[in-house]
Amino acid sequence: MTTETDPVLAEDPITGEEIELPADVEVGEIIDSPVTGTELEVISLDPVTLEEAPELEEDWGE
Amino acid sequence: MRIGILYSRVRRDEKLLLEELRDRGHDVEKIDVRKQRFGLESTTANVADLDIVVDRCLSTSRSLYATKFLDSYGVPVVNSPETGDVCADKAKNSLALAEADVPTPATEVAFTKEAAMEAIESFGYPCVLKPVVGSWGRLMAKIDTRSAAEAILEHKETLGHYEHKVFYVQEFVDKPGRDIRVVAVDGEPIAAMTRSSDHWLTNAAKGGTTAEFEIDDRALDLVERASDAVGGGMLGIDLMEVGGEDSGEYTVHEVNHTVEFKALTEASEVDVPARVVDWLETKAEAFAADAAGSDGDAIDADAEDADAEDADAEDAADEVVL
Repeated sequence: MTTETDPVLAEDPITGEEIELPADVEVGEIIDSPVTGTELEVISLDPVTLEEAPELEEDWGE
Repeated sequence: MRIGILYSRVRRDEKLLLEELRDRGHDVEKIDVRKQRFGLESTTANVADLDIVVDRCLSTSRSLYATKFLDSYGVPVVNSPETGDVCADKAKNSLALAEADVPTPATEVAFTKEAAMEAIESFGYPCVLKPVVGSWGRLMAKIDTRSAAEAILEHKETLGHYEHKVFYVQEFVDKPGRDIRVVAVDGEPIAAMTRSSDHWLTNAAKGGTTAEFEIDDRALDLVERASDAVGGGMLGIDLMEVGGEDSGEYTVHEVNHTVEFKALTEASEVDVPARVVDWLETKAEAFAADAAGSDGDAIDADAEDADAEDADAEDAADEVVL
């Protein structure tokens, strides 16, 4: 059984290694891969799946 | 309340906001704009019965279109598409500030590299060339010499998107190694910070160091007027001190409409997400009151129409009798 404070595990889509995510991870959240430093996007939570995040685009910002 | 959040990437800012909304028991509808379609009368996004939608799109183009569509369906959205339109474009932003008599750096726009060169020469060196759409200090150029200006203009004209051929040339403001970011809601500051760097660009995104800033009356007045100038909303208003640190004189160089507040949360004692959610709740209540008022007006108008019809019928009856 998992709790809200348990870390979440997911597969790094680039290296295939298992990585640890914050317990309160959100769909759409960007995670820096602890293995490669690549930005990864959380695609789903059940199960937790990650994809390489989109590259920065020119109109991004605030 | 049912509160929607438009996004395409959940940054730390959005996470703080989501956390605060959920802690208060709001029903949050996350709307990833990349997965939605926006028709002329409806959208695939689940916006039914939302009390308010807050735009947190990272992409300016998505922000502008998504808010415009939601607004057209009558969905309460902040910031408004009108505010977004002014803030997203530095030229419109500068014009709005100038029209409201808010001090802002002298600026010229030119459409060819020859005209841009004339603008640069008229400002003298150094001056600044900025993209009209862009953020985080990207593609900003401080131009120190004519030969640098020639090279940058040629590169922009040759390599850039058409918007890079809108040359936005601005005086260089010799700020005291820092600028000031104020996050405000409808002109009322939530908190402020300085962003300092040895580099001429002091943006937090460029690695500027931050510290809380106490807003004085002059800055307070400018923040309120700058907010009004762009149509209000939750804004990041950027000021530079003119005449040295703590001079009390400012120029407002930019107003941002999808403001990031993570750095401010870390620099300030203020609970920024809590204040933002306070404001969202107030805005949602105001939208609901307006809608109820409009319905009331419509009911009143219907009643007046019915009264008029009754009067006409009575007149007609009178005519028959007569």
